[in-house]
Amino acid sequence: MAMTIAVRVVSAEGSIFEGEAEMVVAPGQMGELGILPRHAPLLTGLRPGELRIKNGNEIEYLFVNGGMLEIQPDCVTVLADSVERAMDIDEAKAKAARDAAEARLANRTDDLDYAAAQAELLEQVARLRTLQRLREQGILR
Amino acid sequence: MAKAKEINAKIKSVKNTRKITKAMEMVAASKMRRAQERMAASRPYAEKIREVLAHVSQAHPEYEHPFLQVRTIRRVGFLLISSDRGLCGALNVNVLRILVNRLHELQEQGVETRVAVIGSKGVGFLRRHGAHLTAELTGLGDRPNLGDMIGPIRIMTDAFRNGEIDALHLISSRFVNTMLQRATMEQVLPVAKPEKKTVTANQRWDYIYEPEARPVLDKLLQRYVESIIYQAVIEHLACEQSARMVAMKNASDNAKRLVGELQLAYNKARQAAITQEIAEISAGAAAV
Repeated sequence: MAMTIAVRVVSAEGSIFEGEAEMVVAPGQMGELGILPRHAPLLTGLRPGELRIKNGNEIEYLFVNGGMLEIQPDCVTVLADSVERAMDIDEAKAKAARDAAEARLANRTDDLDYAAAQAELLEQVARLRTLQRLREQGILR
Repeated sequence: MAKAKEINAKIKSVKNTRKITKAMEMVAASKMRRAQERMAASRPYAEKIREVLAHVSQAHPEYEHPFLQVRTIRRVGFLLISSDRGLCGALNVNVLRILVNRLHELQEQGVETRVAVIGSKGVGFLRRHGAHLTAELTGLGDRPNLGDMIGPIRIMTDAFRNGEIDALHLISSRFVNTMLQRATMEQVLPVAKPEKKTVTANQRWDYIYEPEARPVLDKLLQRYVESIIYQAVIEHLACEQSARMVAMKNASDNAKRLVGELQLAYNKARQAAITQEIAEISAGAAAV
């Protein structure tokens, strides 16, 4: 029996995952983090990206859009701004949103708009990349 | 027959009122269910962020965040959550009573106060009584999102950061059950340290912060305050709908009872009129 760590993933809309895992991979602000049981306490922000929770042969793929990550030796807490299952990503919608954000960036009017559009673009690109990775690994279609 | 006619008109008017209160009761009931679901859905996040913060307050960071510092109280800030619409029983009166009592106490102690209000009922009441409001927000609707609330939250947290206020209290309604809502006051800032230890390690420890302690703690604590206030607003909405449902149910029941009483009075008046008429006719016949 491998060692496991308790994982909780919550967003303001509800709790999306709660269970044990052998390993968690999260998109930290400074780069991707691999978390194993008995990890040192750590606190960081999250950027939009893929969150993998591995337990035995089962791997849960989630997409988090920013938030906070707290690690204690025996538990990992993800406080996401928003989160969805990678399987539920709407590709057409994400592509449309990405193109819209790119268009807004191309003919920007003021800098506040610029920051929002950039964040939106980053989010959509990360979302599409998550989807693409799942395809490459043959998990999705 | 004139009296009976009057009573009949009254019955009709009460029946119409009852139709309205009954409809409002049913609308509130269905809105309440949705508001309660939203409240339940947002609860895990609030719980978890509280837990994380409990851990943080037990760490020994090299940087102490201003939100965790306890200062001597010279000025106190309040954030009051009320509803935008009336006809919901004593819900708004209860929260306002807590605020007003507290403001009087502090005035006697010579402590200054700042008040921010969410919801037009609270804004209206405090304006009428000449209070100065630091921030106000109305018209949130049934599905508020956090983005709409950032304004007043920022004003109060910035005031705390700049030392304009030394504590921030949140006054709102807590949802106990459909029949019972309790108005409460809770300290938001400085963040109260939990008494019970949740982390077992006894030695001094600290987090690894990525990239650095300050921005990470800033983000976490701002999130924490926002989440507490968001949760309170969502909970208040559930309270408002259930309070309205109960108030409207009482109004409908009262209307029903009133109609019954009026119906009885109408029947008596009608019968009295008939009896009198017969008496008059027979008296007239006897006279002939």
